[in-house]
Amino acid sequence: MDDFIAARSQMAVSMAFHIIFACVGMIMPFMMAISHFKYLRTGDETYKGLTKAWSKGVAILFATGAVSGTMLSFELGLLWPKFMEHAGPIFGMPFSLEGTAFFIEAIALGFFLYGWEKFNKWFHWICGVIVGISGLASGILVVAANAWMNSPTGFDYINGKYLNIDPIKAMFNEAWFPQAFHMTVAAFGATGFAVAGLHALMILKNKNVNFHKKAFNIAVYFAIIGAFLAPVSGDVAAKSVAKRQPIKLAAMEAHFDTEKGAAFVVGGIPNEEKMDIKYAIKIPKLLSFLVSNDFNSEVKGLKDFPRDEWPPVIVVHFAFQIMIFFGMVMMLIGVIYLFAKFRMKSWLQKKWLYRIFVAAIPIGYVALEAGWTVTEVGRQPWIIYGVMKTADAVTPMPGIQYSFYFFTLVFISLSLVILFLLQRQLKMVPYLYDPNDPLYQTKNKKSKS
Amino acid sequence: MIYVVIVFLWLSVCLYMILGGADFGAGIVEFLTPKRYKAQARASLYKTMGPIWEANHMWLIIAIVVLFVGFPTIYATLSTYLHIPLILLLLGIIARGTAFTFRNYDAVQDDWEKVYTRIFVASSIFAPFFLGIIAAATVSGHIDPQAHSFADQYIFSWLNPFGISVGIFTVGLCGYLASIFSIANLDNKNEQTRRIKEINQTIVLVILTGLAVFVTAYLTGVPLITWVISEPVAIAAVVLATVSLAILIVQLRKRNFKYAKILGGFQMIMILVAATYSHFPNLVLLKGGGSLSLFDEHGADKTIQMLGWALLIGSCFILPFLFYLMYSFGIKKDKTPTID
Repeated sequence: MDDFIAARSQMAVSMAFHIIFACVGMIMPFMMAISHFKYLRTGDETYKGLTKAWSKGVAILFATGAVSGTMLSFELGLLWPKFMEHAGPIFGMPFSLEGTAFFIEAIALGFFLYGWEKFNKWFHWICGVIVGISGLASGILVVAANAWMNSPTGFDYINGKYLNIDPIKAMFNEAWFPQAFHMTVAAFGATGFAVAGLHALMILKNKNVNFHKKAFNIAVYFAIIGAFLAPVSGDVAAKSVAKRQPIKLAAMEAHFDTEKGAAFVVGGIPNEEKMDIKYAIKIPKLLSFLVSNDFNSEVKGLKDFPRDEWPPVIVVHFAFQIMIFFGMVMMLIGVIYLFAKFRMKSWLQKKWLYRIFVAAIPIGYVALEAGWTVTEVGRQPWIIYGVMKTADAVTPMPGIQYSFYFFTLVFISLSLVILFLLQRQLKMVPYLYDPNDPLYQTKNKKSKS
Repeated sequence: MIYVVIVFLWLSVCLYMILGGADFGAGIVEFLTPKRYKAQARASLYKTMGPIWEANHMWLIIAIVVLFVGFPTIYATLSTYLHIPLILLLLGIIARGTAFTFRNYDAVQDDWEKVYTRIFVASSIFAPFFLGIIAAATVSGHIDPQAHSFADQYIFSWLNPFGISVGIFTVGLCGYLASIFSIANLDNKNEQTRRIKEINQTIVLVILTGLAVFVTAYLTGVPLITWVISEPVAIAAVVLATVSLAILIVQLRKRNFKYAKILGGFQMIMILVAATYSHFPNLVLLKGGGSLSLFDEHGADKTIQMLGWALLIGSCFILPFLFYLMYSFGIKKDKTPTID
């Protein structure tokens, strides 16, 4: 394996792994805080149990996110030293703020996990909320740094030198809002569907139904908020991409020829050599409308760009299709659920409704990973769009492939252990978390040794 | 402002060595404790580190971020030529963090706990060892960007007797710190006596490995002795560290654990002062006498300004919150944290 490909693959695997845990850390604390709030308000012990159960999940997933995040902060330099050497002082601002946010998150989590019956109950509750807010803030800040790579500003690039550096301008680059908005919404949807689905599964298995229904009823609204806001934020993001990175948009849509009133391409198999796409469904004029609100506006095609600046069209196009498809599915599920809730109450007792949610456990994350594939692969061959090529940024050290194989193995085994742990958490719900279960032990082994 | 940034860089490294180091040390003490006392030792150690361990490791992230935002050339050089030990350090950090969390939060208690514990203990030794190797490599003058072979560029930059002895020395220091920091949590007299014995063992270990550092430095041509004796500040730091060690032993006899804690932290600071003062502002010494200085290699002025402000403002949020966390779970001994 080529060192450059190995470095890119290692980065991709690390990011793909980290992003899942980062999203959980952004969203789950809010679910936890809602359940905690309900407990404090109603005194219903089930909510207390649920809060504790979720906080354990957060603890496990946050720690994994923290270590994989530490890993990434090193990997940026280990794999792309030339990039960091130049970009560090320009786009580092959000990272230094993110460090603060992350630190606060870790401290607040310490308070929250170990603070039961130790602090004022509202201080304790606020700590849980702070975990969420700082998690969300660090997510947004990291995305701002990534957005800079797509929309580099805050410096002048003159004769290979980076001059007049303005880190604040770099942080608030054109892409940061659309990307951060879309990513936050996606995190809501992905985490919401995953959590709701897991509890739906337990409801179907007829285990601690009351407990899991309470959990499901909180999580499902996160899923729905995500599902409904995704197209809105996606629209903002797409318009921004069309303006800043027309070549990325062309690759997303496998749009080869520049034309007015361009069609929106659904599916199909693009062929980069022949510069065409087969078996696609084309919706006339829709692409033009989506990027500019005008059915007859001109959309640039790939042929207008130098061949060596094309991103891998097939990957970007497929990833984009996958994201859109699952985004639509999530929205459809959201509509069905709201319809059931407000018009057809009887559906809420039906098994098929919960089966849908079980089937939907992974789709939010699939869409999320696909979306990041579009962003990252769509920027290639650039690491800083229009300024530095990824190939020029890679470390001179040979043998990266071994580190790639090795870390892939590490990540796969970590994922397996985490699935195993979560499954054990679910299995222990009757003993540890659901006070209405006959098996519930007030003093369990784990609480004090 | 550059001074603010440098002070923060130094402080975060220092705090990482003290707090993160004590945290690594928890695994090392567990390793050193005889089998039949392991369960008790573990309980006292986790009481100290449970709520705080994640925050302790944030200092490393802060140091790294300051380095790549403020001193990108230094960051890029280190991550290129010390790629392999950094990867190994990371592996240790990943294995350790996840093993600790998994052991702590696993809902079911069974034999898996033994697996987590083994990984935790092994990586607690592994990670600070490579941390020491990396620290040694920055000043040993073996990093050679001009070298031609793979081994000279990427392996012998860090793999030498000096690096290895600094690595072992760091492991010893971490164990020493952890045993001091956690002793206040032991209520039982017998346990305290046993822990004092362990502290004395780690002191012997630290002194021996410290001597080994000087010997290997001499053998590999690192002018460590010259650095220490040529600077009055460095001499003072070494003397103070030694004196405080003597006081610490006396205080331990008197069971004055609070002072022991402070003295342990103080010693760590003195060791870092001695290690960094004489080549300040140079952070990295390269082969052939070249060096990377914090004053020459910093990023654009505006970046340093903003970074300085971000650190100052950030610490206004972090420090009070952090001290309250440490206070709540450290000093208020009567209420021990429970995770249930």
